[in-house]
Amino acid sequence: MKKVIPLILALAVAATACGGSGAPEDLSGGSLVLYSGRSEELVAPLIERFETETGISVEVRYAGSGELATTLLQEGEGSPADVFWSQDPAFAGAVALAGMFEPLPDEILDRVPDRFSDSQGRWVGVTARARVFVYNPEAAPAPPTDIWALTDPEWSGKIGVAPTNGSFVAFVSGMVLAEGEDRTLQWLQGIAANDPVIYDGNSPIVAATDAGDIAGGLVNHYYLLRLANEQGSVTAVNYSFPSGDPGSLVMVSGAGMLSTATNRDEARRFIDFLVSDEIQAFFLSEIFEYPLVEGAGTPEGQTPLAELPSLDIDLSDLATTVDRATELIAEAGLT
Amino acid sequence: MAVAPAGGRLAPPSGRMAVGHRKTPRSLAFLGLLAIVPSVVPIALLVVVGVESGATTAGIPIRRLLELAISTGALTLATTIAATAIGTTTAWLTTRTALPARKMWATLSTIPLVIPSYVGALTLLGASGNGGALSRITDAIGLGTLPSFRGFWAAWAALTLWNYPFVHLLVAPVLRRSAVVLEEAARGLGASRGRMFATIVLPQLRPALSAAALLIALYTLSDFGAVSLLGYETFTKAIYAQFRGRIDVSPALFLSAVLVVLALVIIVAERRIRGRAILHSRHTGEPTRPIPLSRRAKVLALGFLTLVTLAALGLPASVLGYWVWRGASQGIPIAGVGAETVRAGLAGFLAAGATIAAALPLAFITIRHRSRWSGWLENIAWSTYSLPHLAVGLAFLVVAIRFVPVTYQTLVILVAAYVAMFLPQGLGAAQTALRHVQPALEEASRGLGVSPIATFRKITFPLMSPGLAAGAAIVFLSVMKELPATLLLRPTGFETLAVRIWSAASESLYARASAAALVLLAVSSVPLYVLVTREPQ
Repeated sequence: MKKVIPLILALAVAATACGGSGAPEDLSGGSLVLYSGRSEELVAPLIERFETETGISVEVRYAGSGELATTLLQEGEGSPADVFWSQDPAFAGAVALAGMFEPLPDEILDRVPDRFSDSQGRWVGVTARARVFVYNPEAAPAPPTDIWALTDPEWSGKIGVAPTNGSFVAFVSGMVLAEGEDRTLQWLQGIAANDPVIYDGNSPIVAATDAGDIAGGLVNHYYLLRLANEQGSVTAVNYSFPSGDPGSLVMVSGAGMLSTATNRDEARRFIDFLVSDEIQAFFLSEIFEYPLVEGAGTPEGQTPLAELPSLDIDLSDLATTVDRATELIAEAGLT
Repeated sequence: MAVAPAGGRLAPPSGRMAVGHRKTPRSLAFLGLLAIVPSVVPIALLVVVGVESGATTAGIPIRRLLELAISTGALTLATTIAATAIGTTTAWLTTRTALPARKMWATLSTIPLVIPSYVGALTLLGASGNGGALSRITDAIGLGTLPSFRGFWAAWAALTLWNYPFVHLLVAPVLRRSAVVLEEAARGLGASRGRMFATIVLPQLRPALSAAALLIALYTLSDFGAVSLLGYETFTKAIYAQFRGRIDVSPALFLSAVLVVLALVIIVAERRIRGRAILHSRHTGEPTRPIPLSRRAKVLALGFLTLVTLAALGLPASVLGYWVWRGASQGIPIAGVGAETVRAGLAGFLAAGATIAAALPLAFITIRHRSRWSGWLENIAWSTYSLPHLAVGLAFLVVAIRFVPVTYQTLVILVAAYVAMFLPQGLGAAQTALRHVQPALEEASRGLGVSPIATFRKITFPLMSPGLAAGAAIVFLSVMKELPATLLLRPTGFETLAVRIWSAASESLYARASAAALVLLAVSSVPLYVLVTREPQ
């Protein structure tokens, strides 16, 4: 016991010293608390750049967007957060619908086409991820014509889905908004009956497709680009469904300022920074997502955003169908 | 009760009524109630939410809930049996036989515990299938590629391989100190080795074995990482699907409440099987004489240990190494994780200390003062252990925000949640340790006018300490790899190794995730090595 106490104290001192982003030294430029549903791996360099350029120190709490939205709803008015940056429009929408965001100024909102932000300006779209069908040309000579074709016997036992993954649920939520519950359930049941291979997330589907274990699967576009980056080369190809198809939903990551924020100027400055030309270019080159600011470019080999079919929905409304989407997925037996 | 004669190693069980049912001193009862508070928090919240939400099954048909209960039960049973068998074998081989390099094997048999199940499952997937690392080897030697490891058997293998060290760690100290004299006497009287094992060794092992089996069974109920990645349906996976895919958290919490009921069935069943056996051995510090192995037995034993080590340790370590190498050869920078390691270590130390401190009064109440209500203290601790960590984390989040905002996003609430999640690991070890302390020694000390506290400090605690250290080590390692509750409750910026691994793996940055996972493996092995190779005092 006598040996343990000094050891704990030493560890405690070391841990405080290693506080990292948790306790940066006081800079004259003020500070900011960010709840980030985007992972540290992706955004840490960007935060560093913001701190250097503005002198504002950022305390970041990283977790899943769902965890953070739940945390914010529980914290209510006592939340220490200034900004919430969600990976997913449904969770940004949930916080918006709870009345916890303050509308953003037009200078920020005008940077991004309206259809990628909340219709009432409570959060702004930062980047977009497109749903695609990834397939292996050696295992499947041609991609399906549309999302409904995946229920054909031709694809039986050959495709991968991640039914409990956030992006899949978001896509089904979009489908409920665009096509209605009955059509959505019908499609889900068709997929369930077609003997799909169930995965935990997008990334193993892409890896399995590239290896030829399955012919293809429903995923987000950038996983293939990251696999190519890590592996050197890939066999698999991304395919975007044609116009109006819910299988090509564009999902945005969005940021908003909490109405209880104490560091309001810093919060606005940070969100403004996210939609600046410089950082939009960073998203494109470093994490292979679509920048939303016009003229910022398109990820390599992907269909340009302007040509992707847009579903006629308000992205915040995804928050109203996400619970129902999860129920429909379970009802179809896909969990 | 009779004091064992000086040469005796095992007390006659005649005094058990007198020992087991003494009235609980008020101060001890108070400490016990205090110790159980963290475990009560999540269960209380589940009850409140269950009542508030009108007990909805969230659109999940009852038939499906039954299917889930059956698939979860099958996995739990198969995992518990296999892990108990493997862990007992490795413990026996490394404590009682003249095996070459047994300290090394003892260490290797416990290290797999440090592999988080989601990392282990990820490496199983990375090894198999068309592009898998192991498939490339089997393909190169003309065996063709391996099919993807998925489904029941994959989940069973993952949970068995990365949990059997629980059994090893709890059983080995008992074997090390068990009454060799009795075994030798039995053999001398002509009992076969098998009969001796069944009549002398097994009864002494029963409490430790049953505590370990319960740990495995309830951990299997709570696990999400392995079953989710390997595509096997369980209750916990359904709970996560509800949590991830919804803004309303009450369906996930309601399903968690159903899981607690399932866990209670297992806990009560275990209580029946364990029975009321109370064994007190006096360990004398006399080293046990290792059983010599024949050449054939030696080959078999080494073959078994090699196979288990290769599967539980060699496979994940080499797949992780391969990913780091593959990423490095593409020029992907690997970030240092020194600060994350120190933070994980600090959290582990604090939680291990707090958990053992909570386990001690509970062990005394449940062993020395057994009663109906003491049984319920134990039931509560174990029920919470079966909960998905996400549910425990949510409960502490809500309680901290509403009732003790000062502790919100501090180490205090995080450590309290760790105590709730891992108390049975410390409690199982403390109970096993206390069962082997001869009450006559304590009574003699009291009879000489020494106070209860001094008796505990000078007699009971030193005798319990090897078992307590094992319990602390298990808790420490569990905390090092815990993720869902850490994510919800940690102080902002308090990133641990597990958080780092998750953060990279969730973005499919395998090279970085693997580098952090290898550090977790290396760092956690050090306390294990010290613990395992330390001789009993």
